[in-house]
Amino acid sequence: MTIFDLLGIDFVQTALIAAAVLGLVAGVLGPFIVTRRMAFAVHGTSELAFTGGAAALLLGIGVGYGALAGSIIAAVLLGVLSRRESDRDSVIGAILAFGLGMGILMLALYKGRTKNKFGLLTGQIVGVDSTDLKLLVVSSIAVLAVLAFIYRPLFFASVDPDVAISRGVPVRWLSIVFAVLVGVATALSVQVVGALLVLALMITPAAAAMRITASPLRATLLSVLFAETAAVGGILLSLQPGLPVSALVTAVSFVIYLVCRGIGAVRRRSA
Amino acid sequence: MTAISLRGARLSYADRVLWDGLDLDVEPGEFLAVLGPNGSGKTSLMRVLLGLQPLSSGTVTVAGGKEAIGYIPQQRALDQSMTLRGRDLVGLGLDGYRWGLGLRHRRERRIRVDAALESVGATRYADEPIGLLSGGEQQRLRVAQALVGDPTVMLCDEPLLSLDLANQRVVSELIDKRRREAGTAVLFVTHELNPVLPLVDRVLYLVNGRFRVGTPEEVMNSRTLSELYRTPVEVVRVRDQILVVGAGACEEQTHHLTAEAAS
Repeated sequence: MTIFDLLGIDFVQTALIAAAVLGLVAGVLGPFIVTRRMAFAVHGTSELAFTGGAAALLLGIGVGYGALAGSIIAAVLLGVLSRRESDRDSVIGAILAFGLGMGILMLALYKGRTKNKFGLLTGQIVGVDSTDLKLLVVSSIAVLAVLAFIYRPLFFASVDPDVAISRGVPVRWLSIVFAVLVGVATALSVQVVGALLVLALMITPAAAAMRITASPLRATLLSVLFAETAAVGGILLSLQPGLPVSALVTAVSFVIYLVCRGIGAVRRRSA
Repeated sequence: MTAISLRGARLSYADRVLWDGLDLDVEPGEFLAVLGPNGSGKTSLMRVLLGLQPLSSGTVTVAGGKEAIGYIPQQRALDQSMTLRGRDLVGLGLDGYRWGLGLRHRRERRIRVDAALESVGATRYADEPIGLLSGGEQQRLRVAQALVGDPTVMLCDEPLLSLDLANQRVVSELIDKRRREAGTAVLFVTHELNPVLPLVDRVLYLVNGRFRVGTPEEVMNSRTLSELYRTPVEVVRVRDQILVVGAGACEEQTHHLTAEAAS
């Protein structure tokens, strides 16, 4: 089959739409995640999405809903337990380890197909059906709408917390709301690239963008562009050789990151 | 109209009284320095004025309300890779606390931000990554950030800390210029009076629940400070500097609103 035959297939089209939606959400959230130093939190949240998904598999409910529940619970837990920044790393580590262990236990108890199990860790975008897609699109719109509403104070609180507090910005509440948004987005990404590779969409594109510009708006636009390139490009590249989607998504994402680091280094030297 | 007014203000945590019976009026254009050792309630006073901390009793009024306050924090090292330009920092001072994306009135916003940048002489580096600027440049941007909202009151929380002498002078002159031109009242928390001594109209000196308000001459003398500290303190004037000996009054200190809010 040529690439054009492959593009005609229903589930490939669904996968591409899902990837495009995810790329947008991950790209927009990314600069905030990097600025707020939440890469490890995203990783922890994604592991808990895996736990939620595994629990859902065991209970016979939709994996998507399980992942969503797991991530949101994780996000709220992290927000509440790690009040001090110095605590955050260790709190995430503790929760992450326990959640992963529980997830493995639940998968061991699950008697269904093993393909379902593996998919939670490494992603199975071609398994996304139209119900999943609907959940993905609706959740994404919700995440972007909430983010648009809290955008300015969240940005203020992220880059300049002292002065933000002085202006009455509810810094603590914003950090919990943002953690929940990240939780939802993470749960969605888990479906596509899997729990282990969420960082490739949520962190790497933003980190790359922030290497080459100091303008927050430009960084967000570039981050979306890079995330889209990685997500959609990764799928397109994986089609013909029949390679795992997640491997190519992370590879594209990482190449973009390396290039941006290079550009950033050259610029800084010449400046 | 008085810019800041405190009447019978009391602030206490559990059994510890930071200050009680504090009556204070700061007039437009007045420069009030707030001095005192660590834990004497200087930062708490700021938090009260910012509306972040309710008084235990008494009243506080700020002309124009909370939104008319410009706040200048200590200079602190910013992350070099931070995706932020001086122009963005100043813009946040204008409307960063408002909900939404802020897509409307972008033109007017830009004009005001440009004007604030110009007024502190920061136009040249307004589009550079803020983490790469010097401490003095960053602190000029902080002044612009506080001015852009056209404040009636400026609260300065050790804004000169960790700056060299030349930059201390530049930053304090910018604050002074504003209060002379626009009649903005300045409340300046510091542990080091000398860099701003020529600008200071009055001093509020806080020590262990006791306080004294008055001109530098009235407060910064051996008798008054000895009474406040309840231990012999020697105040010496050398040229145009004031040296305080024996109070432990010049200790280094750092405090942040965030640190206090988190605890």
